[in-house]
Amino acid sequence: MKPHSERGMSFTTGEIFGEGSAGRSGYSLPESGIDRIDPQSVLPQGSIRKTMSGFPELSEPEVIRHYTRMSQWNFSVDTNMYPLGSCTMKHNPRIGEAVSRLKGLVGLHPLQTDEDAQGTLKLIHDLGRWLCEIVGLDSVTTQPAAGAQGEFAGLMMVRAALDKRGETRSKVLLPDSSHGTNPASSALCGYGVVTLKSGADGKIDLAELDRLMDSQVAALMVTNPNTLGIFESGIIEAAKLVHDRGGFVYCDGANLSALLGKARFGDMGVDVAHINLHKTFATPHGGGGPGAGPVCVTKELEPFLPTPVIVEDNGVYRREWDRPDSVGGFHSFHGNVGVLVRAAAYILSMGPEGLSEATEAAVVNANYIRARLRDHYHIAYTPRCMHECVFTDKLQNKYGVTTLDIAKALIDRGFHPPTIYFPLIARGAIMIEPTESESLETLDDFIDAMIDIAQTAKTDPESIKNAPGNSVRGRLDETAAARNPRLRCGLCG
Amino acid sequence: MEFPDNLVYSKEHEWVLAEEGVATIGITDFAQGELGDIVFVELPEVGADLGRNATFGVAESVKTVSDLYCPVEGEVVEINSSLEDSPEQVNSNPYDKGWMIKVKMADPSQLDDMMSAEDYAKYIKESK
Repeated sequence: MKPHSERGMSFTTGEIFGEGSAGRSGYSLPESGIDRIDPQSVLPQGSIRKTMSGFPELSEPEVIRHYTRMSQWNFSVDTNMYPLGSCTMKHNPRIGEAVSRLKGLVGLHPLQTDEDAQGTLKLIHDLGRWLCEIVGLDSVTTQPAAGAQGEFAGLMMVRAALDKRGETRSKVLLPDSSHGTNPASSALCGYGVVTLKSGADGKIDLAELDRLMDSQVAALMVTNPNTLGIFESGIIEAAKLVHDRGGFVYCDGANLSALLGKARFGDMGVDVAHINLHKTFATPHGGGGPGAGPVCVTKELEPFLPTPVIVEDNGVYRREWDRPDSVGGFHSFHGNVGVLVRAAAYILSMGPEGLSEATEAAVVNANYIRARLRDHYHIAYTPRCMHECVFTDKLQNKYGVTTLDIAKALIDRGFHPPTIYFPLIARGAIMIEPTESESLETLDDFIDAMIDIAQTAKTDPESIKNAPGNSVRGRLDETAAARNPRLRCGLCG
Repeated sequence: MEFPDNLVYSKEHEWVLAEEGVATIGITDFAQGELGDIVFVELPEVGADLGRNATFGVAESVKTVSDLYCPVEGEVVEINSSLEDSPEQVNSNPYDKGWMIKVKMADPSQLDDMMSAEDYAKYIKESK
């Protein structure tokens, strides 16, 4: 048996520091014809390393195999269902990859003149119009590189609008089910955060909102549907209450996948909302980036948009930089344009009916999971869900099995774990978002795996508590890793 | 779960030991159990003035990050700096080695609004 294979074609590999052999290398350069200079003669003594032991020395094929083997341990949306709630891990259509590599798009430099860039400017402008139409708002910036930056940009525009009115407000209201980025963006924008306790039905409690909404509140930040996957049916009343007292309504568009062609933020009274293109519009999440978090706003907030704004006059597109009330720039030029191209391709290839059907499939899929698992897992909050469903570990706790154990046991059964311990208001939350991409067969496989875990939790809880056993690495000691982090490799000391 | 009788408790799951105008504050056995293994505790500077129910720090566990609230108004006179290297004391010994801050109380009568051990045990049972 070779050391790199203990299970046929499933390869293992150690640290690269243990590989290769002294003196081996992956290159051989020709003589340059220039005399060598002794570093000692030109550099200060202290900056010359005398010894370097233990540094890996490998040939090119060894390096390639090391990283290729490791890459085969990766799990991705291309491998199997990735039901990470609130992250919307959709399939990334390959047509998006193809068009984003078109020569005319990738060869363009952002400093070329508007005249040279008409195609790209039109594409970004069109995408902006479509996004505004989808969420029912008037104007857009495509600059923010992610949802959280979109939140920050949106709140900056709210603050600028209040400044313009001559008002200073000090805080933002947030439901206790909100994404962690919401309070972070508020704080970064200089606002204090006031938590709005959800009602027993998991929705905004209008009486509580009425009590807390005062003249110091700049904005109410909501997510709709909220992180429990429940539609905030009181959103119009909530927005009216906030507007009547001079505040703005921000909507976190993380869960927009549940609403395409069905309901629009603008119609709900929302003033400003960000959209995660890497969620709803099927662009890659790609190892944390690049993402895109365009922000749509009402006419009232339009003067404060980041610059440049693309303006169309009789079919000619230009970038407008001179906008005195603008909050400034959040990213160079128009954001991650390659991501915008993919989102535009998704919208065009789906069409209005297709987008609407995607939402229907996403909601049906989540409710199917909810219905088939309801006898096996405790459901947090009762209303029917939208595009994601939240269970808890309440039924498994009596066997000593927790949400973390269930998540690890899913790895053994070939699925990425769902989002766990979030939202915070559901104790031991297991938040599952299947998206529209999954077939009935895949959903059934996932559900069967979840049922198997629930049954094994009763008969053999230890096997669940020790999971995963089938992965390259077993259960990691997250506590030890967090308490005593080793942030450098052995060589670095 | 233990809730010593000589302490008073807040709804946010902090305990207070009051001695000669100084409140020693930590989180309860219930709170540490809910958070799970605590990996980092952020505490205020000595000398900081804390309002009633103000956030005085953060407890970070493997699964979540949680604000810490000071149930009484006053000035921080001492912090448990051993938590910097050994945050696990909050899990293993929440009422003793896991204490977090000592506050010189501005108004000791604020303690009257806190719960007894018995009431706190009841409160947890109801909120579960």
